[in-house]
Amino acid sequence: MDKTLPDLATAVAGIKDGATVMIGGFGGSGAPIELIHALIDRFVATGHPRDLTVVNNNAGNGHVGLAALIEQGMVRKLICSFPRSADPVVFTERYLAGKIELELVPQGTLAERIRAGGAGIPAFYTPTSFGTDLAQGKPVEVFDGRSYVQERWLKADVALVKAHLGDRLGNLTYRMAARNFNPLMCMAAATTIVQVSRIVAPGEIDPEAVITPGIFVQGVVEVAKPAQEETLNRMGAVYPEAAA
Amino acid sequence: MKLSATQIAWRAAQDIEDGAYVNLGIGFPEMVAKFQPPGRQAIFHTENGILGFGEAPAAGSEDWDLINAGKKAVTIKPGTAFFHHADSFAMVRGGHLDVAILGAYEVAETGDLANWSTGPKGVPAVGGAMDLVHGAKRVAVITDHVTKDGKPKLVQRCSLPLTGVGCVTRIYTSHAVIDIESGHFVLREKLAGLSFDELQSMTGATLHAPQPVADLVAPSL
Repeated sequence: MDKTLPDLATAVAGIKDGATVMIGGFGGSGAPIELIHALIDRFVATGHPRDLTVVNNNAGNGHVGLAALIEQGMVRKLICSFPRSADPVVFTERYLAGKIELELVPQGTLAERIRAGGAGIPAFYTPTSFGTDLAQGKPVEVFDGRSYVQERWLKADVALVKAHLGDRLGNLTYRMAARNFNPLMCMAAATTIVQVSRIVAPGEIDPEAVITPGIFVQGVVEVAKPAQEETLNRMGAVYPEAAA
Repeated sequence: MKLSATQIAWRAAQDIEDGAYVNLGIGFPEMVAKFQPPGRQAIFHTENGILGFGEAPAAGSEDWDLINAGKKAVTIKPGTAFFHHADSFAMVRGGHLDVAILGAYEVAETGDLANWSTGPKGVPAVGGAMDLVHGAKRVAVITDHVTKDGKPKLVQRCSLPLTGVGCVTRIYTSHAVIDIESGHFVLREKLAGLSFDELQSMTGATLHAPQPVADLVAPSL
C-alpha cells in the first residue's frame, strides 16, 4: 500500500463542485497553505471546484490560504467558530455583502461535532450554548438536573490537513500546536489529503508517537518547507500573485 | 478613583492557587498570567491545544506553530503538553479546569454572562467563550464596573446575547470584588474611598453585603 501522491495538483484533483471541505489549522498554525493554493490554481485554470462548504476554525487572514480561497469566490458557506483575525477583510466584505453564508459554531462544539463525525456518533449533548442564540431550534435534554443542547455530527467529502511527518501508510505526527483540528478532520472526511514536511519509510515514525493512524488518511503529499500564514502576511503576500 | 485594567488583572491573579489549571480569555484576561504571586505557579491552558505554555518569545524568534488562542506566539517550558482540539475542550467541558477568567459586556445577578456579541451588526464570532463558561470550577469575570458611557455592566438581566446562563461565580471590577450566590450579587471587597451607596448607584442590580466588606487594594502597576 502506498498513499503518497506525486504532487499538489494531483492531491486536489478529485475535489468536486459543491463539496464539503474541512481545512485544518487554527489561524495559521497547522493550516495546509500549499494544498489550499493548489486548489486555487485548479480553480483559476478550470473554474472548478466552486460552491464549496468549508469547515475551519477561522475565516482566513490577509490574502493567502483560506482567505485567498474565499477571495476567489470558491466558498459558498463557511462553518467556523471565530471569523475574525488580524486582517479579516476578505471574509468580512463578502459576508456583509451577503455573498457567503456563515454557520457560527462554538469552538468546542465544532471540534466535538467533527470528532463525532469521524467516530460514527450522529449526535451528542453538550452544556455549551444552552440558553443562548446559538442553541435556537436545537433539542434540549436535562441530565442529572442540568440542561444540555443536542448537536449533530459534522462530516466532509474531503479534509485538507497539514502534518509534520507522514509515512506511505498515512501514519502522521504533528508539530506542536499545529495539531489542533487536524487529527479530528482526518477522521471525519471520506477522503483525507495530507501535506507533510517529510515522507518517511514505514517504521521511521515510532509507533508510540503516531498521532493519526494511517486508516484515517487517503493521500500524503510532501511539501518540504511549508509556508506559514503569519509569515506570508507579514510580507504582505497575496495569492495568486497576479491578483496583487 | 478606580483600578486600572492592569490592577484588576493583578487582583484576579491573587485568587489563583498554586498548581491550578487556568484558562485566560483572549485579550485583557491574558494579563492575569503576569501577576501570579511569588511561590505559586498555575498551569495555563489554551484552547488550541497546549497546557503549561510559557511567556511570549523575543520578537524575531516566534515559532508560528506555537501560539495561544489569541494567535500570539508563546513558548514551551518543562512540562508542556500538546493535544488536539477535542481533548482540549474535554478539559474545558469535563470539569478539569480550576479557573476560567473572561471579559464581559454584561454580567447578570443570576450569573448569566454576555461577552460575545453586541448585537446583529457586523460579523458574529464566538470562539471558545460558550464552552469555557461551562466546566471550569470557577468562572470569573474581569471588567470595568461600568461601560465607557457610565452605564452599569452588572445588571439584573443581560440585554445583549448571552454567552452562558448562570455560569459566572465571581466578578473583579475596577471598583469591587463581587461573588454571585443564589442569584444575588454579594459584595466582598470595594475601594476604601467609595461608599456602599455610591457603588450601588453604579450597579444595575441590588448589592448584598451579609458580611463586613473588605477594602479592595492593589499596588500601583
